[in-house]
Amino acid sequence: MPSAREVQQVPIVDYLRVGARPYLRARECTNCGARFFDRRNACASCGRVEFVNARVSNRGVLKSFSIVHNAAPSIPVPYVSAVVEADDGTTVRSNLVDCPPDPEHVKLGMKVRLTTYVCGTDDGGTECVAFGYCPV
Amino acid sequence: MAGDAVWILGTSMTRFGRYPELDAVDLASRVCLEALADGEVTIHDMDVMGAGTLFQASTSMGQRIQKQIGQTGIPVYNVTNACATGATALRTVYLSIKAGEASMGLAVGVEQMGKMGLLRGGSKEDAQVYEPSGRYGAVTGVDGILGTETMPGVFGQAGMAYAYENDGVGFEQFARVAYKNHLHSTLNPLAQYQKEFSMEQIMGSPVQSYPNTTLMCCPTGDGAAAAVLVSEERLRSMPKRVQKRAVRIAASVLTSDPYVESGQVQPDVNTLTRNAAAQAYEKAGIGPEDLDLVELHDCFATAELIHYDNLGLCEPGGAGDFIDSGGPFRDGRTPVNVSGGLISKGHPIGATGVANIYEVTTHLRGEAGDRQIEGAKVGLTHVIGLGSACGLHILEKAA
Repeated sequence: MPSAREVQQVPIVDYLRVGARPYLRARECTNCGARFFDRRNACASCGRVEFVNARVSNRGVLKSFSIVHNAAPSIPVPYVSAVVEADDGTTVRSNLVDCPPDPEHVKLGMKVRLTTYVCGTDDGGTECVAFGYCPV
Repeated sequence: MAGDAVWILGTSMTRFGRYPELDAVDLASRVCLEALADGEVTIHDMDVMGAGTLFQASTSMGQRIQKQIGQTGIPVYNVTNACATGATALRTVYLSIKAGEASMGLAVGVEQMGKMGLLRGGSKEDAQVYEPSGRYGAVTGVDGILGTETMPGVFGQAGMAYAYENDGVGFEQFARVAYKNHLHSTLNPLAQYQKEFSMEQIMGSPVQSYPNTTLMCCPTGDGAAAAVLVSEERLRSMPKRVQKRAVRIAASVLTSDPYVESGQVQPDVNTLTRNAAAQAYEKAGIGPEDLDLVELHDCFATAELIHYDNLGLCEPGGAGDFIDSGGPFRDGRTPVNVSGGLISKGHPIGATGVANIYEVTTHLRGEAGDRQIEGAKVGLTHVIGLGSACGLHILEKAA
């Protein structure tokens, strides 16, 4: 039982599964294996309607990135937006963290792994847990 | 010559820029009247109208224009399709003629954006209480936390994905695209900006989203463009001087983005362009090597570079070498965006897909003045709207 004083946490999106070993949970088409992070009515690849939960590999490589210097006022810049190909072939987008946001340090093809951190707190004191990728 | 071909009879565009004293209906009405006069016809000759605008999509734009240029009771199709809106409006008229329901029609695209400041994306409101909502169960805005949703960033990633897969592509090659388009725009009096910048200025301008600097991003702006389309049969009944200036639509194609694995996190602007190009080349019976000029969707410098490859203008994987060797410059193998492109000519969204039809038509007629590509006989226009939609047209000079 969590104590009354323990800080409550929620994941930023429902496909991020937090806990001792955080991971991303995709919905996988039982027919063709296509994976989706959001709610789907049918598979965008084959049109079938049955899905199962699938655990996305926490490790991957940086397939593309952009270093964002101009964003909405509440967003700290610069930051690195990353397109990561997980080792199981699933493509994920998030921020690259724990890496200086400049082209000398951010390298295409670099190995990365999933990490989580608290990105905000709401009026009730609940913390929001986000995920990012950091260099291995 | 195909008996059921559709031709461009008349066309016009405003200079792209800022028109705070006018509204979108003024801009659109002006180009409609000019395009009709250019084709030596009137609104009373039109059987159908297609009107494209993105930000005023729910305002019955076509009917509002008709109230300024002539209410004849013809069907109006008001369309929106992201940055492919103008091309979609044109294709709506094209299809009406192909279907035999119309023999002549008017397509118009217009946008009044002012200084919208679209580079940084929408503002993120911090949630007061975290509650999951939407299809991802997000408890707060994710832009800037789970990667970027800004356009310079999304298209930056599209360019860097190409750089990952192909040698000889990097910041300098992307910058050279912008250098070319700014240089080209100095010859186009209709361009929003007509100023040459050095590579140092382009690479040294503020970074919006690496590798795209400010001078590698298209501006917001106001503008309109229109085209009158006519069936082959109707065209043959018109005066010879009109027929002589008509330009044939050798291919008109619209595609959407097919499923790819990475598409849910990074919009795929490649596959639908490749599919559209393959269809268009087959319909027109030509190949990319036959093109005398191309107007393609350079919303960002990174986008133009990857479309060299998507449209088959270079060897597979060879877009970096293509720009480095001068291929897409106006004196190169396949001149690309001799208008200055979206980067310098401007990108009033609804107008863009008709304005590039104006540009290529004007070259094929030999009427492009200082920026004329001499002897141009075949040209291609391409637009991409994220979501995604690709509109592609191949135009041919009258035989």
